[in-house]
Amino acid sequence: AALKDGLRSQVAAALKEGRVTPTELCQRCLALIKSTKFLNAYITVAEETALKQAEESEERHKRGQPLGVLDGIPVAVKDNFNTAGIETTCASNMLRGYISPYNATVVQKLLDQGAVLLGKTNLDEFAMGSGSTDGVFGPVRNPWSYSRQYKEKSVPKSHSEDKESNWVITGGSSGGSAAAVSSFTCFAALGSDTGGSTRNPAAHCGVVGLKPTYGLISRHGLIPLVNSMDVPGILTRCVDDAAVVLGSLAGHDPKDSTTIQEHFKPFELPNLTDVSKLSIGIPKEYHAPGLSSEILALWSKAADLFQNAGAKVVEVSLPHTRYSIVCYHVLCTAEVASNMARFDGLEYGHRSDMKESTESMYAATRREGFNDVVRGRILSGNYFLLKQNYEKYFVKAQKVRRLIADDFVKVFRSGVDILLTPTTLSDAVPYMEFIQEDNRTRSAQDDVLTQAANMAGLPAINVPTALSERGLPVGLQFIGRSFQEKQLLTVAKWFEKQVQFPMIQLEVVKRHDNGVFQHQKSASFS
Amino acid sequence: QKVSVEVLDHLEHLALVDFRDSEGVERLQKAIDFADQLHEVNTDGVEPMDSVLEDRCLYLREDDVTEGNCTKELLENAREKVEEYFVAPPGNIPLPKLEERETFLQGS
Repeated sequence: AALKDGLRSQVAAALKEGRVTPTELCQRCLALIKSTKFLNAYITVAEETALKQAEESEERHKRGQPLGVLDGIPVAVKDNFNTAGIETTCASNMLRGYISPYNATVVQKLLDQGAVLLGKTNLDEFAMGSGSTDGVFGPVRNPWSYSRQYKEKSVPKSHSEDKESNWVITGGSSGGSAAAVSSFTCFAALGSDTGGSTRNPAAHCGVVGLKPTYGLISRHGLIPLVNSMDVPGILTRCVDDAAVVLGSLAGHDPKDSTTIQEHFKPFELPNLTDVSKLSIGIPKEYHAPGLSSEILALWSKAADLFQNAGAKVVEVSLPHTRYSIVCYHVLCTAEVASNMARFDGLEYGHRSDMKESTESMYAATRREGFNDVVRGRILSGNYFLLKQNYEKYFVKAQKVRRLIADDFVKVFRSGVDILLTPTTLSDAVPYMEFIQEDNRTRSAQDDVLTQAANMAGLPAINVPTALSERGLPVGLQFIGRSFQEKQLLTVAKWFEKQVQFPMIQLEVVKRHDNGVFQHQKSASFS
Repeated sequence: QKVSVEVLDHLEHLALVDFRDSEGVERLQKAIDFADQLHEVNTDGVEPMDSVLEDRCLYLREDDVTEGNCTKELLENAREKVEEYFVAPPGNIPLPKLEERETFLQGS
């Protein structure tokens, strides 16, 4: 039962009071990871090091000297963050076997607080995708596919085999992290968010997904996709927990010069009761084509909720919203083309056997190491960066980016405190349906509602709101002003309390362990 | 407008990544068509935005050596090395021309 508790209120207290020990907690999580292996949420499970960390935490608790709220708390980290001594693959053949020589700053911070690192979670290859389906270790399955809530609403099939193919995606690209949190195998997980990669799977998996303001949390050690938009993301089961994790991660890092220098003060979230001073903006352009009527209704209901509680709810306009995804597409591929250039086989990662020349070795290495999605983005990016295209596409996109960011500035300047929008266009689709369209098409569709916040660098959070008619989670998104995470999370917490999102009723059936998930292994490096 | 084979070849050279098949080329074409929507937006007088933190000063460290001496760790991940060197095949040899290398574009 402890696994289902919130961090701050219950588990930390339980650990402190000795009602449960860090090793017990760790073992339970590891056991749950094993029994939910079919979800394919983890690429690497660091069993030995996790147990060691748990033992050390137990010693500290025995001495009455826990390092903080996170001491002894099992966490998981997306496999595009460097973790010393543990394989970091980015779900790509290019980095298979790559053992990081260092910890990403955010990982180091978690470990310094005594958190127990259970393992690395699955993702789309190099975080490119919105389904967590395109990594070399296979797709991640949404735990809700195995929930009583989903099964009850499923159309009964005659074949028992068909039940297996009915599973839904987690969304992406931080699908593994979202699934890990959603299935109780850890209390918090790190994801990354470049176009919605933390909020999208959070919405589909029914967990809280926080994208902090760009510049608040260090990217040092996060294998970069788009340097001007990437941020580490936080996935937890409740808003309070997100605030706790944020508190331990935020702040200036000398190793990441894009982190702001102002001192960050961790905060506890107040229990808001009076929302009458709040102004909630509803951007009309977020009523995007393809938005399901269900989610539209939920969004509307949420707006009413705020209004009935006394808040000021106004319709606002972010006129360039519909160009955001196009702009992102150009800037993202351009930065990707640059960032992926480091993978040449010389210093780390996969290296081809080709020996004819440096260039042919690089070409062969990259041919062998990258999947279609990654190669496609690199080629597109290079196209937009060609001399004859540079002004027309790249600089043009940078100009449109300013217009998008300015849209937000204008709205916030007009007195609106927080924006309320849907996070996704629909609930999670079945995997078989998802793969009918290619990655680029899917990303262009699925990132529409989340992506503008990355353009403007604003903080945004997905809060699980209700179950769809198919019994799957639907979330809503709050977007806040730059560096106003406290206000954003306070409102999110109030909303979370109002909607009382139901707990997943996971039915972990004994499964025949088929060969597909054999890659999950224990990492034990001293 | 379709992208010419010359440009496709040029891209393969620049990116050191191959299109692999007609799907790869199609993918690029679709990406360009998608990006063309940007031209609908009027950006007269708008400055390009490099970073959302453009109004701030980037943090610069003091020019002091604070860490390093990790040659051994860094070499560990390289496949081919000799003493403290990364070993690369001979440089100064350009990638073979379109007609001579193994690429899907050859047929075009």
